[in-house]
Amino acid sequence: MRPIANTRSAAGLPTGRLGVWWVLASEIVIFGGILAAYIMQRIGHLDWGEQQAATNVWIGGFNTFVLLTSSLSAVLAHQAAEKEQDGKKAAKLLGLTILGGGIFLCVKAFEWTTEIGHGMTIQSHPFWSFYYTAAGIHASHVIAGMILMGFVARDAAKGLELHRVELVGIYWHFVDIVWIFLFPLLYIAK
Amino acid sequence: MADHDSPHYVKHYVRIWAILVVLLVVSIFGPFVGIEAVTLITAFGVALVKAYLVAKNFMHLNVQPRFVGYLLSTCLVFMLLFFSGTSPDVMKHEGTHWVKPLVVVKGPLEHHAEHSSGQGDHGESPHEEGGGGH
Repeated sequence: MRPIANTRSAAGLPTGRLGVWWVLASEIVIFGGILAAYIMQRIGHLDWGEQQAATNVWIGGFNTFVLLTSSLSAVLAHQAAEKEQDGKKAAKLLGLTILGGGIFLCVKAFEWTTEIGHGMTIQSHPFWSFYYTAAGIHASHVIAGMILMGFVARDAAKGLELHRVELVGIYWHFVDIVWIFLFPLLYIAK
Repeated sequence: MADHDSPHYVKHYVRIWAILVVLLVVSIFGPFVGIEAVTLITAFGVALVKAYLVAKNFMHLNVQPRFVGYLLSTCLVFMLLFFSGTSPDVMKHEGTHWVKPLVVVKGPLEHHAEHSSGQGDHGESPHEEGGGGH
């Protein structure tokens, strides 16, 4: 029996994809709220630049590169599933995307360990409060995406539920877009 | 990645990825020019272009029904409306008929530390404190 997310269409969209867009609409409010709050505070307190100067643009840049590359493998997985109906290839490409998420998190762990070791903790300054909160919520979304992708890849490798490859990809690209804005806010505009 | 055996779509997506990487390099090296306007453009202008490229080419937002775009932009606009409504409270420390209390300007921890050490200056305008600390 096919799941309702694939067989039923609502408002001209498969129900599963419609659900993902609804999730992302709510995510816009979550991440948009954090970013807007940070921007307002940052403009109101130019002295935060002294704290922000300690962030490492090369590490942030490398992580941006990793996420952009993982988005490429995610969209190629979607195309492999949709255009070629090749579940094994899609699963391999999703595996590469998960690897990208893993590298991103390892780099983040190294970066945070270094910063916390130098006394830059979530309580040391409002800038670091925003920094750890925004990047932490983003990292939790990366972890959630990796777990979801693991389940989707497992099924896709068996040729099952290939439409989900696109759905998890859309989510992953959104997480990528959030980082695209977090990177200049936290690492560049000092 | 885009070798001879690759399907035709691979080349398109690899090209988009390459553009994104070039834009990333631009945003990293923008601040080295040393001009604030250039930094802002290369940081946030480039971020907008990158987000557009990902949304259009990777998420395929452009081929979704129109209401999906309306749904996302409605959430964005309402969120921005809410924040623009509260922004004067956050970004300004005094107005025509009001002065923000020091405990709000400085934060409860710093304010309490100063107050308990006897150095608190309750009556002082936050504006005279060099922009209000953090």
